[in-house]
Amino acid sequence: MLGLQILIDGFAISALYALGATGFTLIFGVSGVLNLSHGAIMVAAAVAAWAAASVFQLGSYSGALVGVAVAALLSLATYFIVVQPIQRSNKIPNEEKEIFVLTATLLWGIMIQEAIAYFFTNNAKTVLPIIEGVVNIVGVRTPANELFTAAVCCLVIALLWVLVNRTRTGKVVLAASMNPRGVTILGFELTNVYIVVWIIYGILAGIAGVLLGMFLGVSSYSVGPLTASAFSIVVLGGLGSVSGSLIAAFVVGYLETFTAYMISPAYRTIPALLLLVIVMYIRPQGLLGRR
Amino acid sequence: MTSTTFRRSAWSLLLTSAAAVGLSLSAANAAEPIKIGVIAEAQAIAGASIPQAAQMAAEEINAKGGVDGRQIQIVAYDNHSSSADSVRAFQRAVNEDKVNAVITSYISEVVLALEPWASRLKTPMITPGAASNEITRAIHDNYEKNKYTFHGYLTSAALAQSVCDAAKDLLVDGKKMKSAVIMSEDAAWTKPLDIGYEECLPKIGLKVLDHIRFSPDTTDFTPIFNKIESSKPDVIITGISHVGVQPTVQWKNQQVPIPMFGISSQATNSTFGKDTNNAADGVLYQGVSGPGVAVTPKSVPFAENFKKKFGNYPSYAGYTSYDEVYMIADAIKRAGSTDADKMVAALEKTDWEGTIGRVQFYGKEDKFTHGLKYGKGLITGLILQWQNGQQVAVWPKEVAKSELKFPSFIKFSSAN
Repeated sequence: MLGLQILIDGFAISALYALGATGFTLIFGVSGVLNLSHGAIMVAAAVAAWAAASVFQLGSYSGALVGVAVAALLSLATYFIVVQPIQRSNKIPNEEKEIFVLTATLLWGIMIQEAIAYFFTNNAKTVLPIIEGVVNIVGVRTPANELFTAAVCCLVIALLWVLVNRTRTGKVVLAASMNPRGVTILGFELTNVYIVVWIIYGILAGIAGVLLGMFLGVSSYSVGPLTASAFSIVVLGGLGSVSGSLIAAFVVGYLETFTAYMISPAYRTIPALLLLVIVMYIRPQGLLGRR
Repeated sequence: MTSTTFRRSAWSLLLTSAAAVGLSLSAANAAEPIKIGVIAEAQAIAGASIPQAAQMAAEEINAKGGVDGRQIQIVAYDNHSSSADSVRAFQRAVNEDKVNAVITSYISEVVLALEPWASRLKTPMITPGAASNEITRAIHDNYEKNKYTFHGYLTSAALAQSVCDAAKDLLVDGKKMKSAVIMSEDAAWTKPLDIGYEECLPKIGLKVLDHIRFSPDTTDFTPIFNKIESSKPDVIITGISHVGVQPTVQWKNQQVPIPMFGISSQATNSTFGKDTNNAADGVLYQGVSGPGVAVTPKSVPFAENFKKKFGNYPSYAGYTSYDEVYMIADAIKRAGSTDADKMVAALEKTDWEGTIGRVQFYGKEDKFTHGLKYGKGLITGLILQWQNGQQVAVWPKEVAKSELKFPSFIKFSSAN
């Protein structure tokens, strides 16, 4: 019984991690940006969804849409206000731009976090679940919304796969991740490719944030841990590798759930972090990393 | 800022400070305001009410002519829930802003960090919301040094007692319950609380089957509820403050069939219902006050006026913060001075009917020196329950407005 419980809970958490990390690794793969405002964008999406559904009484579906829209807008704002000016600057040497982007997105994330705490307090908020009630799976009482969360995550990741591998836009994005100069020579404006990727990223982070808000709840304190967990999953899977991130998300998700059930909830994150350290020693490029 | 505006503001600063110096010289001591520093968590719901309520009390006192003609001035500092920021704020409050007393924080860790500073800078300090027994123990063990600190909220030991007193009536006698699991967050205030629970629960007839302490940054409570459920208790006795929304929502989403009863500080906020999308319905929590509960004749008018002014009902620490400004004003009046030692002596003789009951402090020889006296006729606390999105008093009988009501997923194993 406990085994099945771990299987179900672990799957939901892992799917959520996978969705959060996919966008994060996509941005890195295509434009070389490690977006440390990731957690802040996820929390902003969840808080916006909460405010729309519970304060402005728009209902759970519209609330979720508002949350995703806010994340997409914030993602674009991150690109235009924070990332692009640094990439275009003549005053910052090229080899230092990555570290500038890293610092700038971190600060941007803190600004978003403080704004959320200022306007909505740092108390946790939970997004109105789309489906209520519980389902009994062979004796394990599972919230229906948890199954819904897992299903949506898998569906969105599948859609992303179709988008990247089966559409023209996706192929351009993929090409840009391999050889940006080649893409420009073929006549594509690199900025437009980046805008598309940031919008996709915003939608992914938004969906992940709203679902997390429904499943566990978020507060402005969640910003740091969320960025850290996405970061460690992506590093574990191999920077820039989407399939590596997916595998890593499930490894981390199940390892955490297993620890929480079998050892103690207090030590939940420790084994996954230890694993990360070990992988860094043995295989610094991550599970499926290329560089 | 451009250089001209900078110059202009520098000039105006110089002029105003010159004017201020002139004023204070001419008005001398008589009209010099009494300054109370308020160091609190502006971004947390529990903390945000602290400066607001203090300001309200100060305005009321000032409208009636102040204390012997002296106005009360509140100087508020946001500590961002950080002990380090609080210490800096305390130093600034005393050394630069020259406050006469400090009201601070609902977080025990913050108050424990400030306690030595109240001693070093010899400034009376009172907390409206922290609970750890360590605060009063330091005063008891080293009275001469630490006598500047007052504990204006129930100690964890008293909170545990209050929960047990109510559980006896409501759960053991009312619902025939026999067993419990203690679920508390790992923080300074819950250590003595848990000791209190372990001691008093068996005495009232609730066998403690398990005791789960978890990290305050836990987000997924599924494994915790799972473990609790496996030992089949009749009730979950809570000790939570840093968390609240998340376990409550997950309790409802997972339809954990066991009621929650105990300390749940976030549940005392009037916004808790909305924050949890009414998952809070059925949650029972200990409080010292609540909307519409006339603990004393002052409780309801305060809560209503607060709501009129700030748009929401005060948190638990709002009630105590409001009372504490009055208590400090009263002590200064009786002492006839803002000298720290005279204020401490006067505060020790406090006998004030506030919004949460009749406030008196334990003395030098008592175990909880400068803690609030707990008991009938003084402060006993209440038990409230979230019902249909409202906070409703259910204990003690004198103020109860309703019977216990639980959501349909709650099952009573040995009840009735």
